[in-house]
Amino acid sequence: MYSNNPILFAAADAAVPLWDGVLDVILMIVFSLIAIVVVMTFAGLSVVAERKVCAFMQGRYGPNRTAIPWIAAIPGVGTVLRSFGLMQLVADALKFLLKEDPLPNHVNKPWYLAAPAIALTPVLTVACLIPCGVIYADSGKIPMSVADVDLSLILALAIGSLGAYGAVIAGWSSNSKYPYFGGVRASAQMISYELTMGICALTVAIWVAPVTGKPFSLFAIADSQSGAMWLCITQPLTAFLFLVALFAETNRLPFDMAESETDLVSGFHTEYGSFKFGLFFVGEYGHVAVASALFATLFLGGWNPLPGLSWPADWGWVSSVLCVLTFLVKVAAMIFFFIWMRWSVPRFRYDQVMRLGWQCLVPLALANFVFYIILRAAM
Amino acid sequence: MEEKLVTVNIDGVDWKVPCGLNVIEACKFAGVEIPHFCYHEYLPVAGSCRLCLVSIGTPARDRATGELIKNDDGSQKIAWMPKPAIACGTKVSEGMHVVTKSELIDDCRKGVLEFLLLNHPLDCPICDKAGECRLQEYATAYGRGESRFIERKNVKPKRREIADGKIILDNERCILCSRCIRISRQLVGRDVFGFTKRGSKNEVAVYPDEPVDSNYILNVVDNCPVGALTEKAFRFKMRTWFLKMTRGISAESSAGVNTWIWSRENVIYRITPRENRQVNDVWMSDSGRYTFGKFQSAERLTTARIDCSESSAEYALTRATEILNLGSVAIVASGYQTLEELFMIRRLADDLKAQTYMVSHLRGSDDGMLVSIDKTPNLRGGFVAGILKEYPKADLAGLAAKVRDGSVKTVLCFHEDLLSLGFDAKDFKRANIIYCGSLDNTCAREAKVALPLPSEFEKSGLWINRQWRLQAFDKAVDSPAGVLNDFDVLCSFGRTASGEDFKTPTLQSVRRAMSAAIKILPENCEVPAEGAVLDASEFSGVDFPETNALHFTKNVQQ
Amino acid sequence: MSITVDRKKLSFLERTYIPQIIGGLYITFRNMLKSKVTLSYPDQRPTLPPGYRGAPTLVKDGDGREKCVSCQLCEFICPSKAIRVTPGAIKADSKYAFIEKAPQAFEINMLRCIFCGMCQEVCPEKAIVLQNEFSLAGFSREEMVRDKAALYAAGGTMPDKIKKWSRVKSNEELERGEH
Repeated sequence: MYSNNPILFAAADAAVPLWDGVLDVILMIVFSLIAIVVVMTFAGLSVVAERKVCAFMQGRYGPNRTAIPWIAAIPGVGTVLRSFGLMQLVADALKFLLKEDPLPNHVNKPWYLAAPAIALTPVLTVACLIPCGVIYADSGKIPMSVADVDLSLILALAIGSLGAYGAVIAGWSSNSKYPYFGGVRASAQMISYELTMGICALTVAIWVAPVTGKPFSLFAIADSQSGAMWLCITQPLTAFLFLVALFAETNRLPFDMAESETDLVSGFHTEYGSFKFGLFFVGEYGHVAVASALFATLFLGGWNPLPGLSWPADWGWVSSVLCVLTFLVKVAAMIFFFIWMRWSVPRFRYDQVMRLGWQCLVPLALANFVFYIILRAAM
Repeated sequence: MEEKLVTVNIDGVDWKVPCGLNVIEACKFAGVEIPHFCYHEYLPVAGSCRLCLVSIGTPARDRATGELIKNDDGSQKIAWMPKPAIACGTKVSEGMHVVTKSELIDDCRKGVLEFLLLNHPLDCPICDKAGECRLQEYATAYGRGESRFIERKNVKPKRREIADGKIILDNERCILCSRCIRISRQLVGRDVFGFTKRGSKNEVAVYPDEPVDSNYILNVVDNCPVGALTEKAFRFKMRTWFLKMTRGISAESSAGVNTWIWSRENVIYRITPRENRQVNDVWMSDSGRYTFGKFQSAERLTTARIDCSESSAEYALTRATEILNLGSVAIVASGYQTLEELFMIRRLADDLKAQTYMVSHLRGSDDGMLVSIDKTPNLRGGFVAGILKEYPKADLAGLAAKVRDGSVKTVLCFHEDLLSLGFDAKDFKRANIIYCGSLDNTCAREAKVALPLPSEFEKSGLWINRQWRLQAFDKAVDSPAGVLNDFDVLCSFGRTASGEDFKTPTLQSVRRAMSAAIKILPENCEVPAEGAVLDASEFSGVDFPETNALHFTKNVQQ
Repeated sequence: MSITVDRKKLSFLERTYIPQIIGGLYITFRNMLKSKVTLSYPDQRPTLPPGYRGAPTLVKDGDGREKCVSCQLCEFICPSKAIRVTPGAIKADSKYAFIEKAPQAFEINMLRCIFCGMCQEVCPEKAIVLQNEFSLAGFSREEMVRDKAALYAAGGTMPDKIKKWSRVKSNEELERGEH
C-alpha cells in the first residue's frame, strides 16, 4: 500500500532487510506527525486569521497586544508578531491548557470525555490522505501524501463524516438540553449534506475516470488537472454544490446550526470547558483547513499554479517545493473564503437548512451528475 | 361647654368655624393655607410681616337701621374692605367673606416677599435653616422668583453668639417678625430680645450685659421662621433634609414632653419639641434636647460581661438565667423603662417569687414649666404595672441591708447604678448582682453579669407622665452592635423561671396582654396622638412630689 | 387592528440567495480595506468633547479659596450615594470667616460614582465640577474613595465671573449712615 512512497523506497533499499518493516512503521509515524503538526498549525493560524479578518471587516485591529516579553523585544520580528496577533495564539492555547478542567456531575463520563477526541481524530486522519504536491522522480510522479490510496476520495469522505459523531456524542453525553439539540441538529445536517457531497464527488470521479483510470484517488484527480482545465471551470455547478456542502459539513456559518449561539447557548459543546473545549475548537478549524485542502485538490487544480499550467517536471525538487507552496496558498485562500463568508452571511434557520439540503442541493446534484454522465458518454 | 360656631365663606365655600378664631386658623380649618411669618398660634399677634394679607368682607348693613342690605338679585351684599387685611389680626364673624386666591393677593404676597428679600443675604447654602425655612418655602411658592434689586445689600452683624453661646444670631437673615421677642417674653418671663435702629438698619438685638439663664431660650430657634437664630450645638452638623423624624417622648423628667427625634443613619442629631396641646404646647426645655448624647458616647455599654470580663451575649444571658434560678432574688426596676418592660418584670418577679424595688430620682425642683422634680419619665408606670405600691425612696438601703443579712442572694438590676444607691463594693461579693442597662456605669463594671440593653431611643414603648397620661414613642435608631433586645432578655429570664416554652412576644402582643391584665389601660394600649389620660384614683393615696406647672395641677385628674 | 404587511415577491435569483451573498461578501471585503475606526487607546488618546463628564473634582476660585461651603446638596442629589460630606465651620480668625462654612471632610467614592453630573448641576457654588479624567483604577477599595485633598488636587482652580463672596464688610463702605 505504501510501496510507492519514494522516501520509504530509498530507506528500504538502504536498510538491512530485517529492519525493513520497522523502518516503514517509524517513518510512517514521523510523516503522520508532520501531517498532524501541519494541520494543527493551520488550525491555529486559522483561529488568528478568523479574529484578524473579522476585526478588519468590522473596522477594528483585532488582537495586536499580546506579547511574549523576550520575543516581542526582538526589533522588527517582535513588532510584526505582536501586531499580527500571532502570540495571541500561544496565549489562547495556554489559556485552554491551564484553565480548570471541569467535569460536570450530570454527564455520561466515558462518552463525554471521548467526544472531543472523536471530533478531532477524523480531521487529522483525513489530512494524511491529501496530496499536497508531487515529486518528479525517475519512476514518474510520486504524490506527496502520507497515504496515497486508490480510494482516497471515498476514504476522505467516509472518515471526514465521522467527525459528526464527535458532535452527536458530545451532545448526547452532556445530558443537557441545548447540547442535545445541537447534537441532533449536527447529525441530521451531516446526513443531509453528506449526500450532496457524495454525489458531487461521484460526478468528479466519473469525469476523471477515463483520464486517470483511478477515479477515486485524490492524487489522480489533482494530477488530471495538471496542464489541463481545472475542475471548477469544467464543472462549475459541481464545485459550487460541493462548496456549499463543505460549509455545512464543517459546521461553518451560514450552516452552524449545531452551535447556533442565539438559540442553543453554544450547542453541543455547551458543557465543555478548558482543554476539552479546546479540542473541539481545534477540531473545527482543522476541519476547515482539511476541507479547504480537499476542495483545492478536487476543484482548484491541487498544486498547479494556473489552469492549463503546471510547474515543469525538469526543475526537479524546486518544482516540488513550488507545488507545495502553491497548494498551501490555495488552502490559505480557501480558509480566508470560509472566514470571509462567516462574517458576511447571517445564519440560516434550521428548517431552511434542511429544505435547502433536500429540496435544492440533492436534486441539483443528481441532475448535475446525470448531465455529466451523458456528457462523458457523448465525448 | 358648647362652642359657638359662625359661618365664614372662604374662597366661595361656606364653613362653620368656632367663634373667636382668627382668619388664618379658620382658613387652616378649611384646608386653605395662608402664608405667614410673624403669626404663631401660641403667641400674641404682632401683625408685622404682612404676608397674610387677604381680602375680607362682612355683610353690609344699613347704617341707620342696622338691617342687612341685599343685592338686587336677593343675595346678601358684602361690604369688602377697601384694602387687603392681615388674616392673623382679624377674628372671624358671622357671614364674613374671605378671598385668599386672587390676583391682588398674589401681588400682595409677591410684594411683601420682595421687600423681605431685599437685604436678605440669600446664603441658603451655608444656612442651617435651609430645608425647613419658611422664607425659602414661601419665596418658592408665592415669590417672584427673581430679584429686581440692583443696589448693594445692607450689611448687618453676623455670627454673633448670644444666650450664653447657645444661639448664633445672624441679623442679615432676620425678617423682623418679632417671634423671638414674644417667645422670650412668654417663656423666659422677661424681654431678652428687642429691636434696635430704624428703617432698613432695623435689627434684633439682645439686652447687653444681661445673661440669659433660661432653660427655654432655644425655643426661639425652633420658631424663628428664617435662619437668623440657629442653635450652636446643631450648627453645621447636618442638613435637615437628611434627617428622619421619629415620634419621641423626652426622658428628661416626668413632664413627658413630646419630641421629634431627628436622626440619620442611626445617629441622632437633634431633638425638637412636637406639638401636644395637652402637655407641652410647642415648647421644650433646652436641657431635654441633649439627652441622646450619653447613648452615643463611650459611656455606652455594648458588650456583655461575666465577672468583669467581656463575654458573648448568649453566654452571659445563659449565665444570668442560671444565677436567677438559684432563688432569693430581688429585682430593681427603673423609671426609664417602658410600661411594657415593667409589666414583664412584674410577671418575672411573680415567676421568680422575687421582691421588686424602684428608686425615685428627685433632683432640683419643678420649674413650673416642662421640667419636673422627678427626673424619670415613667415612675408612674411602676405603679400601673404593679411594681410599686408607695412612692419609692431615693436609695436602696433596705435592699442593701437584706443583701448583708443574706436573705437576698441575687439582685437583678435594670439601668440603676447600685453603688450610688446604698450598696458598697462588698455587697457585690455577698450577692450575685446582675446588671442590665444601656450605660456602662460602676455597677456594670462590678456586676457578676452585665447585659447591654437598648436606650430609650432604640425602642418603642409607652410612658406615663405626671398627668397620668399614657404616651407612646417610637424607635428612632438601631442599637449599636452587641446590644440585646429588652424583650429577649426578659423572656429568656422568664422562660426558665416559669418552665414555659414561649417565644419572645411582639410589642403588640405585650400591649394586648397588658391591657387585658391592667384594667385602667385602654384597649390594646392604643394611644391617640395627644396621649390617653389614665384613671389614677387607685393611686390617689400616693404623695407625688411634682408641683403645679404648664398643663399640670397637682392632685387634679386632667 | 391587525396590519398586514405585504411581502415583496422574490425573484428566482433572489431566492437562490446567491446575488445577496455576493453583495454581502463585497461589502465586508470593501470594509476590510477601509481604515480602522478603533482607537489604540493607551498609545492614542481620545479628544474629549466640551462638557465631557469625567471624574467629579472640587475646585478653588481665582484666589485659591475653596469654593465648597458644604451645603450637602450634592450628597443629597447623588443617585448612587457616592458623595459624603462632613460639614464644618471656618475658623473665626480666618480671612474667609464671613463665609462661615466649609467642608471638614469631603469624600467621593469613585466605585459608586456613575458620572451623571447631577452634583455639578446642583452645586450652588460651582465648586464640584466633572472634569476630563476618565481613566480611574486602583488596587484597593480604599484608594478609590477620594478625600478632600485628592479632590482638590484633581480639581485645580476655576475662577468665576461672578464674585459672589467678595463683598463689602460694612455699611460705611456703602456710604449709608445709621438712622
